[in-house]
Amino acid sequence: MSRGICSVRVWLALAALVACALPARAQPADAAPESRAGWANAFNPSISLILQGRYAHLSGDDGHRLLPGFSLGEETGRGPEGISLGESELDLSANVDDKLYGFFNVAFTQENGESQFEIEEAYLQTLALPWGFTLKGGQFLSAIGYQNDRHSHAWDFVDAPLAYEAFLNSHLLDPGVQLGWLAPTEIYIELGAEILRGDAFPAAGAARGGVGTVTSFVKLGGDVGVSHSWQAGLAYLTADARARESSGDNGSSLLFSGDSELIIVDFVWKWAPDGNYRDRNIIFQTEYLHRYEKGTLSVVDSATVTGRYHGTQDGLYAQAVYQFIPRWRVGVRYDQLFSDNDVRGLPETPLHRHGSSPRRVSTMLDFSNSEFSRFRLQYAHEAGGLSGGHAIFVQYIISLGSHGAHQF
Amino acid sequence: MNSTTVTLFSLLLGAAITLGASAVKADLRVMSCEPQWAALAREIGGERIKVESATTARQDVHYIQARPSLIAKLRRADLLVCSGAELEIAWLPVLLRQASNGKVQPGAPGHLDVSQHVPMLGASKRIDRAEGDIHPYGNPHTQTDPRNVSRVAAALAERLQQLDPAGADYYRARHEDFSERWTKALERWERSAVALRGTQIITHHLAWVYMASWLGLEVVNHLEAKPGIPPTAAHLAKLLHSLDRHDVRAIVRATYQSERPSKWLSERSGIPAIVVPHCVGSTEGATDLFAMFDDMLSRLLEAAKS
Repeated sequence: MSRGICSVRVWLALAALVACALPARAQPADAAPESRAGWANAFNPSISLILQGRYAHLSGDDGHRLLPGFSLGEETGRGPEGISLGESELDLSANVDDKLYGFFNVAFTQENGESQFEIEEAYLQTLALPWGFTLKGGQFLSAIGYQNDRHSHAWDFVDAPLAYEAFLNSHLLDPGVQLGWLAPTEIYIELGAEILRGDAFPAAGAARGGVGTVTSFVKLGGDVGVSHSWQAGLAYLTADARARESSGDNGSSLLFSGDSELIIVDFVWKWAPDGNYRDRNIIFQTEYLHRYEKGTLSVVDSATVTGRYHGTQDGLYAQAVYQFIPRWRVGVRYDQLFSDNDVRGLPETPLHRHGSSPRRVSTMLDFSNSEFSRFRLQYAHEAGGLSGGHAIFVQYIISLGSHGAHQF
Repeated sequence: MNSTTVTLFSLLLGAAITLGASAVKADLRVMSCEPQWAALAREIGGERIKVESATTARQDVHYIQARPSLIAKLRRADLLVCSGAELEIAWLPVLLRQASNGKVQPGAPGHLDVSQHVPMLGASKRIDRAEGDIHPYGNPHTQTDPRNVSRVAAALAERLQQLDPAGADYYRARHEDFSERWTKALERWERSAVALRGTQIITHHLAWVYMASWLGLEVVNHLEAKPGIPPTAAHLAKLLHSLDRHDVRAIVRATYQSERPSKWLSERSGIPAIVVPHCVGSTEGATDLFAMFDDMLSRLLEAAKS
């Protein structure tokens, strides 16, 4: 994805835009009792601002980690040590008319004292195509896997699963088109396919004339009695990478060109007594990712060496989060990666250190005073060739403005 | 790997289409967000409609997961009936976006928003989240006043006639029959409720304003210090302290709410903690809409006597 470093001017312009939009919210609120203005679109568009911040105590390296056996995108790692401002996210959304819905969000981050912003999602989606079809276009989080299309504030842990870092650069976000079809059945069956530009990891360079990534997915789901519900998914992605850049050893960089294929299997199970999520509930979530890459790899240092590269890599995570009393939740997550790469004839890269199975165990405790605020403590222990040993995070996530709804 | 995946996908696609084709549409499908509107739809729609409720009486409607099963239900619905006024804001917008069903989108005839058809009470003057999970369009728990139920019945009958013109006479007749029975019941309830006028109660959540305004009850305080934020020990202690100044006769909660805060206060104050049916199915007696209000009144009268 393109990460535009913006000047203070753009920042100010955006802030002014928000400032202009915010007072408008007050009017329908006052007028509401008489006019009975109806749905969420009374604030047109709905605006919500999500603020995050954290403290991290990291042992080992400073967070720019290299996962042994993998070549990574740029949005990976444990983030900065100490106190830092996390991603601030501004969401604007509304029904455009009776047939369309629009969503836009920007993420503001601060890196090395410099403000940056990134347009994350900016898409339109149909609401009323016949026969259960839905078309989405613009830039959006791909629907592959379970966690991919969730924004970071909706994650149950501070960081993405290792497998998502390694295989999807934390999440797949790219301009494109998505077509989905929902079966008219008692059980939930959704089939979908996406054609994406191919700028985002694992693709690069918008190959094949700007349609470098193609995905397809199927999702199934249902209830078991009133207290249990589940969802399962299978997704396939094929991407064309042109000079995909990753960090190598000792400041060198790696350029991969070739084909990348990915399969994701996911399963989620949720439980709440009588289906009443207010007081107690359990969410179990697991995904398995399998990738095959084939092409050429260039190791760029003082000189450039190019050779053949084949890689077969797997990753999995499983996590359970238990809300034991209203507002309080505990969670545990296990991550592990596997790799088997053929990089003969190339100088030493992280891809050479395959077979070391990086793994991590994370535990977390969080407290939500309301749906709009959450405070989290997380401890992680890493092993298997990962440079860090322990990590402790303290995080807050707060949400201002309209009440966002969350998907299953 | 490529070819197996393609085979798998085509198999799943085939299975889905077969299943889809077998799901032949017979009746008008009505989906309600809350059980009381499902019960009302059954009263008016009778045999001509198939009704499902997204939630049960045991669930807090503010906190529902946008489950795949609900998306699948909404995909096939012809009419959606919901309380509105942001009661379902945490989940219904997601269902509507994922259900690929133009018939039930807001503004379409297949989308009946109850809050648009009843006079709303309790719209907060101060729109600030520091006040808790407030509803700027008014309190959405409108169903505890039977006069609202008759208003929704009229709106529902009209929508059913519009969506299924072939059954217009059927719906009209059933609505007339329901109205007649409801009016009689309403007279009965109001006669017996005279004794309740001015009775002071405490409620768990700010969910009983319509019942209180109908029966002339005085809601002195709530177990939740702010709407939607679970009762805290400090607030309950303060509440207990303030009870000397009032003559509170009942601590009222809905069946899905934790009994611990009401029990705590009841044990220390001697005031009975009671579950009052907030919708059909929420107590053993509340088998339908008529029985729900019968049960509501008998429980309140019982508590007021003590």
